[in-house]
This record gives sequence, C-alpha cells and structure tokens, in this order.
Amino acid sequence: MGKPKVATTSLCGCFGCHMSLLDIDDRILKLIELVDFDKSPIDDIKEFSGRCAIGLVEGGCCNEENVKVLQSFRKNCDILILVGECAMTGGIPAMRNTIPLKECLEEAYINGPTVHNPSGKIPNDPEIPLLLNKVYPCQDVVKIDYYLPGCPPPADTIWQALVALLTDEPVELPYELIKYD
Amino acid sequence: MSDKITFMIDGVEVQAQPGQTIMVAADAAGIYIPRLCAHKDLAPFGSCRVCTVLVNGRPQSACTQPAAEGIMVENNTKKMTKMRANLIEMLLVEGNHYCPYCEKSGNCELQALAYRFGVMVPKYPFMFPNRDVDASHPDILIDRNRCVLCARCVRASRDLDGKNVFQFVGRGPEKRVEVNANARLADTNADVTDKAVDICPVGALLRKRVGFEVPIGKRLYDSKPIGSDIEAQKGA
Ligand code: SF4
Ligand code: SF4
Ligand code: FES
Repeated sequence: MGKPKVATTSLCGCFGCHMSLLDIDDRILKLIELVDFDKSPIDDIKEFSGRCAIGLVEGGCCNEENVKVLQSFRKNCDILILVGECAMTGGIPAMRNTIPLKECLEEAYINGPTVHNPSGKIPNDPEIPLLLNKVYPCQDVVKIDYYLPGCPPPADTIWQALVALLTDEPVELPYELIKYD
Repeated sequence: MSDKITFMIDGVEVQAQPGQTIMVAADAAGIYIPRLCAHKDLAPFGSCRVCTVLVNGRPQSACTQPAAEGIMVENNTKKMTKMRANLIEMLLVEGNHYCPYCEKSGNCELQALAYRFGVMVPKYPFMFPNRDVDASHPDILIDRNRCVLCARCVRASRDLDGKNVFQFVGRGPEKRVEVNANARLADTNADVTDKAVDICPVGALLRKRVGFEVPIGKRLYDSKPIGSDIEAQKGA
C-alpha cells in the first residue's frame, strides 16, 4: 500500500523495450520495493486498477486499439513516458507511411510472392482493430512528458529515468545513454 | 606577426590569418563550432546554417564568414545551441530518418549533432516524405530519404574527383540530389573509390556491403560527442 504504481504497454512495438526493462536484472527486485506494477504485460493485469504515477509506452499507433490504449494511459497516468524509437518516431512499422494502406494490404494478403490466400480476400473481421492510414508517433496523439530514445533504450536508461522520477530528481541522461539505435 | 587578425569567440581571444573563415580560425584554437555541410577538404557552401554564430550580434554562418579584426563572436551560448538544435530537429523530421536500421548510425554527423545537443526527439511532427532510393550501382547506393542537401557529394565529385557525378534538381521541398546521367547512378562514371562516396555526413550515400561492420560501442560517436577532436586541440 502507498507505493506509486507503474503501468506499461506495448502498442505497435516488438516488445524489445519491455525486454530491455527486464534487462535491469536484479535491480528489478529493488524496483518492486519502490513501485507496484498496475496494467502491464509484465504482470498480465489487463485493466487499470487505479491512478498510476508513471506510464511507460512502447511502440507507436498503427491501429485504433493502439490509440484507445494510449488515450487510457494518458488519462490514468500522472507522467507518461515514451520508451524507444517506435513510440516516438513510428520506427520500423512507419516504413509503410510512404506507401498507401491499400497497397500495403494487397502486398501482404494478395500480391506478395509468398502469399497463400485462396480466398483472395483481405482480412476484415470486426474483431481485428482497424488499421490507421499511417503509423503515428505517440506524441502526435496525446501529450507526452518524457522521452527515452533507443532501439531499445538500454536498461540503464530506463532504470536511471525511473529512479530519478521516483525520487524527485531531474531526469538527466549522460551522453552515452542518448542513442537512437 | 602584424598581419594577424585578433578577435573574440565567447570572450576568448582567437587569432586568424587574413582571409581565414571564423570556423577555420576557431578550429585551430580548439573551439568547436557545430557544422554539417562544411568539410575541411571542401570549399565552404553555407547551406545548412548549423554553424550560425552571432558576429557583433548579427547571425552569420561561421563556415563562410571571414574573420575580421576585433569582432565579437557568440558561439557556444544557450541561445545558439537551442537554435542549432532546432535546425537539426527540422532536418530530422523533413526526411525519413530511422536510425535503428540505418547503416550510418553511430557514424552519422546529423545524429551526432542531435546527441551533442541532447535532442531526445524532434519537437516538430514528422513529415514522412516520399523519396527515392537508387541502388542501381554495383558498389554505391543513394537513399534520398536521408539526404540533407549539404552538397558535399556535389562538391567532392566536382572538385576532388573531377567528375561531376552529382547535382541538385528542383526547388524547395522538391529539391533532391540527382546523378549526371539520363537515368541512374549505374549509368554514371561514379566509382566506389571516389572521394564523394565517403564524404556524405549522413546515410544518404553509402558503400554497399560494409554496413554495420563496426560494432555498437566502437563507432565514431558512441562515446565521444562530435567536435571532441577539435576541442582536444585546445591549448595544444
Ligand atoms: S542518416 Fe543519420 S540521422 Fe538519418 S537515419 Fe541514418 S543515422 Fe539516423
Ligand atoms: S547525398 Fe549526402 S553528401 Fe550528397 S547532398 Fe545528400 S546528404 Fe549531402
Ligand atoms: S556548416 Fe556552415 S552553413 Fe553548413
């Protein structure tokens, strides 16, 4: 009780940034002393159980579900942090941004050299979140408070930023930790 | 010597030979003025404005502006660094810069400037422009997604290689680097040994089959900011 809560999510990302968070190794024990995890793939809690001090967001917004999750993070978290290049630039998924969406889908489901799709249809089940016309960096969708660049950001970057925020210190990363790859 | 010029950069006295630019004189004094289009082997071009300094309060590009007796130059101040960071951020959003899969990452001058200025993410929206790649040449490729229109390749091919392989075409957002041939880079006399190939500050002009050769941690700007080599000259 009384510990600040942290929520995390992976939108249009590869979970590499979450792996990097786990890469803080045994410091994760110290982290659990400092915080409780709320909605996050780490503990598999699906819904927010209350207000969170910090939200960590991996990945950009490629579909409507990503946008809804991101908006719920903004609503439920005091401080929202983008973790990794995909969240703040669109990253590798944004390679599709210069190609019309229809062409992307046709290549993936109809015309691609390795496609086997006898129905010749592009999947269109209402269960599948609707794709956006392009991949949007999260700061284009909601207000963001901090950015931790990297692909993924090193464990030390995530650790130093979290500890600084939880102890009311300024988030200042040394030169070696500001990297875009 | 009496024909020396003396002037000030951020309150430090600097000497220059007559005709020298502010940048060349600053380099010799171990003072780094950030730059992107300038290169020591090329004539100044003055296109990127990253080297902008205030000369007696007026903005001038240090790579083209001659040093003059008694001028007061502002270089490494909060205001100038902010302005330069803004320029770098505009260049980043204007192209398609995905550093995680760029072969130049770690050795890229645009990225290194962003690191030096502590840019976490550009504050402007990404433009995601549609730009062409020309991978026709067996040993070299042009990826215009990353070109910053610095004209280093244009100048190097013309002035160092004596070839004129590259040229700019179009204006404003349409401006792009083109090759001196009807169609593709493969149709020019460009060769992988050309000085123009290695002089690109970003990952727009690349040699093939050497990408990611240097491991992360050992690349040019992994641990030391761009300009450290010039600053190390100080007092030397
Ligand atoms: S050219 Fe430089 S800034 Fe652009 S993607 Fe490559 S490393 Fe990043
Ligand atoms: S290809 Fe490279 S060297 Fe040539 S103008 Fe573009 S950025 Fe400059
Ligand atoms: S370095 Fe001077 S204008 Fe580009």
